[in-house]
Amino acid sequence: MTEHQLYPDTWVDNYADYLFNYAVGRVSDSEVAKDLVSETFLAGLKSAKNYKGEAAERTWLIAILKRKVIDYYRKSNSKKGKAEVRMSSSSYGDSEGDWLEEKVADPNGNMADGFMENEELGLAIQACIAKLPQKQALVFKMKTIQGISTEEICNELGINPSNLWVLVHRARTALMECLNQKWFK
Amino acid sequence: MISCEKAADICTRAQYNEASFTERMKLKFHLLFCKICAEYSKYNRTLTTLCSQARLKTLSEQEKLELKERMKSGL
Repeated sequence: MTEHQLYPDTWVDNYADYLFNYAVGRVSDSEVAKDLVSETFLAGLKSAKNYKGEAAERTWLIAILKRKVIDYYRKSNSKKGKAEVRMSSSSYGDSEGDWLEEKVADPNGNMADGFMENEELGLAIQACIAKLPQKQALVFKMKTIQGISTEEICNELGINPSNLWVLVHRARTALMECLNQKWFK
Repeated sequence: MISCEKAADICTRAQYNEASFTERMKLKFHLLFCKICAEYSKYNRTLTTLCSQARLKTLSEQEKLELKERMKSGL
């Protein structure tokens, strides 16, 4: 096993979007999701000395975020008195079947599958984007995810449109490669 | 006939609806004869579909700056 190390200075640039996608999938409110990501980083900083280097940095951060999501639902439950908690059983490996909802046949079963698949896909894409050179990643995200116009991106980054398209093209080619095995059937 | 580089350029812009009608016609014509570009173009379209299917979210640069500030101040 390789030893892993933590590099907190790079967390925001490398993992913020990945964690944010995960969180949005769980709490479906982007403000709450943003707070959870922020708390995850802070908790990570605080417990960095307990990091044993067994898991990769990102896996370790996701584990913290999962706890934060659970805490969030606990808190909002105790506030409301009672509320329905719907979580996928995968993040609750050891308490599987504790949720009544899961024991009842789910009429939207297929929809839930689609949701999980989309979430998995989203995380796979974010993980691949994180491997891109910084500028390619930035331009690709602005263009594809945030849908910002070419003109605006060029102004903001001080590049010309043909530079922009070269960066987008390289990013897309790298992403196709990175996602290839699993998602391009 | 346009070059493969030109075809790739048009193909990329077409994913964002930023290729003109003429350009798209030129691309289509090129793809008829160029297997490699045709394949690339297919993958490129798939990538576009996957990206919209995944409903990707990202934090803005401003929000990331705020995150970094918060980490520094440890609040």
